[in-house]
Amino acid sequence: MTVAERQQRAYVAAQAADARVNVELETGGMTLNLGPQHPATHGTLRIVVRLDGEQVVEAEPICGYMHRGYEKLCEVRTYPQVTTLINRIDWLGSFANEVPFILAAEQLMEVEAPPRAQWIRTVLFEMSRIANISLFLGDMGAQLGAITPVFFAFRDRERVLNLIESTTGGRFHPNYDRIGGLKDDLPAGWIEDAKGVMGRMRDFCDEMEDLLMGNEIFEARTRGIGVIPSDVALSYGLSGANLRASGVDWDLRRDQPVGLPYDQLDWKVWTHPDGDSFARFWVRLQEVREATRIVDQLLDGLPSGPIMAKVPRIIKVPAGEAYVETENPLGAMGYYVVSKGDLVPFRVKIRSASFNNISIVPWVMKGVYVPDVITILASLYFILGDIDR
Amino acid sequence: LSSAEGGGATTEEAPVEDAVEVDETREGLVASMRSALGDAVVGTHVAPGRETWVRVGLSAWQEAGLVARDQLGCAFFDFLSAIDWLPSPFGRDMDSQEDLIVHGGPDRQADEMATGVAGGDARFQLLARVHNPAAGYGLVLKADLGDDLKADSWVPVYAGADWHEREAWEMFGITFVGHPHLRHLYLPGEFEGHPLRKDFPLLSRRVKPWPGIVDVEPMPGEEDEGTEGEDAEA
Repeated sequence: MTVAERQQRAYVAAQAADARVNVELETGGMTLNLGPQHPATHGTLRIVVRLDGEQVVEAEPICGYMHRGYEKLCEVRTYPQVTTLINRIDWLGSFANEVPFILAAEQLMEVEAPPRAQWIRTVLFEMSRIANISLFLGDMGAQLGAITPVFFAFRDRERVLNLIESTTGGRFHPNYDRIGGLKDDLPAGWIEDAKGVMGRMRDFCDEMEDLLMGNEIFEARTRGIGVIPSDVALSYGLSGANLRASGVDWDLRRDQPVGLPYDQLDWKVWTHPDGDSFARFWVRLQEVREATRIVDQLLDGLPSGPIMAKVPRIIKVPAGEAYVETENPLGAMGYYVVSKGDLVPFRVKIRSASFNNISIVPWVMKGVYVPDVITILASLYFILGDIDR
Repeated sequence: LSSAEGGGATTEEAPVEDAVEVDETREGLVASMRSALGDAVVGTHVAPGRETWVRVGLSAWQEAGLVARDQLGCAFFDFLSAIDWLPSPFGRDMDSQEDLIVHGGPDRQADEMATGVAGGDARFQLLARVHNPAAGYGLVLKADLGDDLKADSWVPVYAGADWHEREAWEMFGITFVGHPHLRHLYLPGEFEGHPLRKDFPLLSRRVKPWPGIVDVEPMPGEEDEGTEGEDAEA
């Protein structure tokens, strides 16, 4: 029996014992409202939990406070204009939002970006992941009462954002990806800067590991908490690190590298068998490390050449349907684009990762203790814009 | 059948590079759906190396989900939504200023209703996608909805369909029979109408046209070559 299993059993036994006490004390029937504005819910996600004593009987997330109707708005924007909108879905990893949409449009137009554009795309894609998830690593500590990690995370994420800004012009909303390539090439000296920052981010991961892993409070609050088995995770459509933390070895970067050169790189997909909050944290920590290595390899092998394929100035996408899904920082994100040969898409279905990742909350919150609601939410890691779209 | 499918699943590497013409894995998916559902499969389409579409009869909607999950190994629920194929009744208002310039104003003929990949003969079509993580292929399922806009719920098949069906219910007005609690997900409870229907006006666009024309920027590397008649191509 592994340590994690033993801890899980002890936890279940403790819960059962407490439940017996609760029956005697008649503690049922309290409703607690978390949010919509609550320090522990990044954004306006409201969660109504019905409690029996300290245990959650039922949890109901209520979203929509930030619903902006992007699927409708996409229908009245030309294809190049859509990227401006979708930048704002997952606002911590904005560039990553653009990639699957552009790839879907390129697929419909039968256009392929030149190799250099694909490689730079992948560099920025991975940098969005690093910027996004490094904040998660710090925030996870903050949710458990550790204040230092979140300061470290903001400090070091800034270095990545500066890099993204120096090439795209935007810290949060780069709007840099174009159908057929990229807006611009990298500025002079950028590659050396980027390599330095990647080394710094690896140090950041080591710092996070030192600060949190092995910390008694961190382990007690995350080990065996919020366990999601792989079959449940799959049927809810959990993706990204949440799914890999449940032991499913599936990464779209490796298994479906549509238009991105991941198959030419040497890297590893990390999984964890436990499926608990700790596993989700651990997998993400490894993913940031792996992403820095991917960026280093990409920068070493960056091909020369143009950054833009030949595309018409006014983009009309031929009639057809395409679905492209990529492994974004939060999980699998895809765009189902229906074109009728117009300047505007006929319908865009946005499959955002957090929407599915948070839809499991009613299932996973059953029977947990109130303080664990916060840590499980933090470990599932969502961005409100990615739920509400 | 399931063992035959297991054989197909091992050829996951094949489709991407070589099989441009025939994608055996995805054709195999279509064949499995046909043998499991028989006449309920009314339309299929395969984009080699990319995607598989299967359109089923509405009565077989839930059954199709079960077949995909249990026989094709598509355990991962991707999304469920719908498409409204009605051409926008607002015509030019819904187009951008760029569109006006290219098409030359209001005399463009109204679109006929046309349905997309794998066909269709109704205005509203269900759209769902499931994925087989082990074998690396996905499957897009479609079904035409009748006039009453009712379909069997997928919640018993994929637990994750819960929120997606709530969204489709409020956005398109589709009722999912067997869904435990169809209620608003995004919109306030008193909201009237179904925003993603094509005949639901986007008020901001009705009031003021999108000034999209100012967004046209030159493509990188294009300045020195001139336009070379690319506008005509567009």
